[in-house]
Amino acid sequence: MTTVVFIIVLVIFAASLHDAGATTMDPCLESTKTASLPDLPYAYDALEPVISEEIMRLHHQKHHQTYVTQYNKALNSLRSAMADGDHSSVVKLQSLIKFNGGGHVNHAIFWKNLAPVHEGGGKPPHDPLSSAIDAHFGSFEGLIQKMNAEGAAVQGSGWVWLGLDRELKRLVVETTANQDPLVTKGTHLVPLIGIDVWEHAYYPQYKNARAEYLKNIWSVINWKYAADVFEKHSRDLDTN
Amino acid sequence: MMTVAVTAISSPLLLHSQGPNRQLLQWKRNEKRRLPTKVAGSGVITAGFELKPPPYSLDALEPHMSRETLDYHWGKHYRTYIENLNKQIVGTDLDALSLEEVVLLSYNRGNMLPAFNNAAQAWNHEFFWESIQPGGGGKPTGELLRLIERDFGSFEEFLERFKSAAASNFGSGWTWLAYKANRLEVANAVNPLPKEEDKKLVIVKTPNAVNPLVWDYSPLLTIDTWEHAYYLDFENRRAEYINTFMEKLVSWETVNTRLEAAMVRATQREQEGTYTEEEANPDDEEPEVYLDSDIDVSEVD
Repeated sequence: MTTVVFIIVLVIFAASLHDAGATTMDPCLESTKTASLPDLPYAYDALEPVISEEIMRLHHQKHHQTYVTQYNKALNSLRSAMADGDHSSVVKLQSLIKFNGGGHVNHAIFWKNLAPVHEGGGKPPHDPLSSAIDAHFGSFEGLIQKMNAEGAAVQGSGWVWLGLDRELKRLVVETTANQDPLVTKGTHLVPLIGIDVWEHAYYPQYKNARAEYLKNIWSVINWKYAADVFEKHSRDLDTN
Repeated sequence: MMTVAVTAISSPLLLHSQGPNRQLLQWKRNEKRRLPTKVAGSGVITAGFELKPPPYSLDALEPHMSRETLDYHWGKHYRTYIENLNKQIVGTDLDALSLEEVVLLSYNRGNMLPAFNNAAQAWNHEFFWESIQPGGGGKPTGELLRLIERDFGSFEEFLERFKSAAASNFGSGWTWLAYKANRLEVANAVNPLPKEEDKKLVIVKTPNAVNPLVWDYSPLLTIDTWEHAYYLDFENRRAEYINTFMEKLVSWETVNTRLEAAMVRATQREQEGTYTEEEANPDDEEPEVYLDSDIDVSEVD
């Protein structure tokens, strides 16, 4: 009798183990973190008169928020598709993830790339970033000219970047289309400064005068952030 | 101010070796509006594409598309494309051609020449102003409606697909209704069994400056979904702009006229046999050889 009970208990125990295995089988899907809209590190009007409060509100609360919402929605759908083994849907979702996820990634960096003047916005970087800029672009002004030229020439929507190539150990200026993150131009590229040249980034204030927007934005660029990222990766490079 | 007439040197050899010369151009109105070129004070000669005003005044589309939008969209963006295009092509082989010819040549099978962006955007915007009208909207009628119902099931289904395409065209671009005459899906494919049903209405999304002319489709209608087209009136709310466009602005009359022309053109081309399937089986003839005048024949092995 006790043997039968023992066997029954064993079966029940084995069944519960099987269930436990099923729920913990896909921990990566369970624990996927959704994106959320980061707060701006300054008030909406803090970048006036370079970037208007109207633009900052629309840009942050509408455009970036929409990227976050749509990205999470796409991630959710991806999760279901992966769980179902629906590979067609998995593939189909990639462009939505790229658009919206890229939009979230890029804008999260962008808000940190900007700072009010009284918090250091526009103040050129110190060494080692400063020397690196001189080495690769001749001068700080040379870098700005190059980025403005590239940014103005982007056709349609996109970004212009100052990046660090971790492999080649040098600074680069790159552009990406739409919401492609910098890493799509090279897996070793780390974004230091990104400037949004989608029309929504400047239109209410500058209308079609993108060149003027680019010229002005440098007075609120947060070089502290760029220098910190640069130093962090330079340190990593040194220890490799 | 002195006005001097300058005849631009055209390059027939260049034209013969390119696709566009074999395609009957669609938009006669876009034939080069060639005025005598003016010699400005500095002695610089300017090429002659002129701004084409919309067929209504700039405030006539209020409240659906504001005067302010037209002031910037037509008065700045479109003007800049025309002016920059003129600067780019003056004195080159692209000078002295119609706007459509410049678009097709500079597309260069997808490896776009620098003039493409300005030329195509100039063309696209002219097409766009004419696709809308004050008191627009409503439903199409006649043959256009019949084809829409044939190719999309119903007008409502077409509307939903068109709006969805325009809303999901990420970044800058245009969404088109086009007439695709006797074309297979893959470019350069020869249709082995051409049928009337192969001539279809299609909805096409294009990025940046690209338009369906480059695939030899006949554009019938377009909506500009670059942000500058709707930002002043709708901010980020593109879906609202698209709804307004379809309900209050679209000129079905114009679309119908364009469809009629497209169908006539398609029939003419079939009869003249200028499609590639005709060229695939040429008569026994000496193939004509077009020499680039720059090449010295003695250099060729």
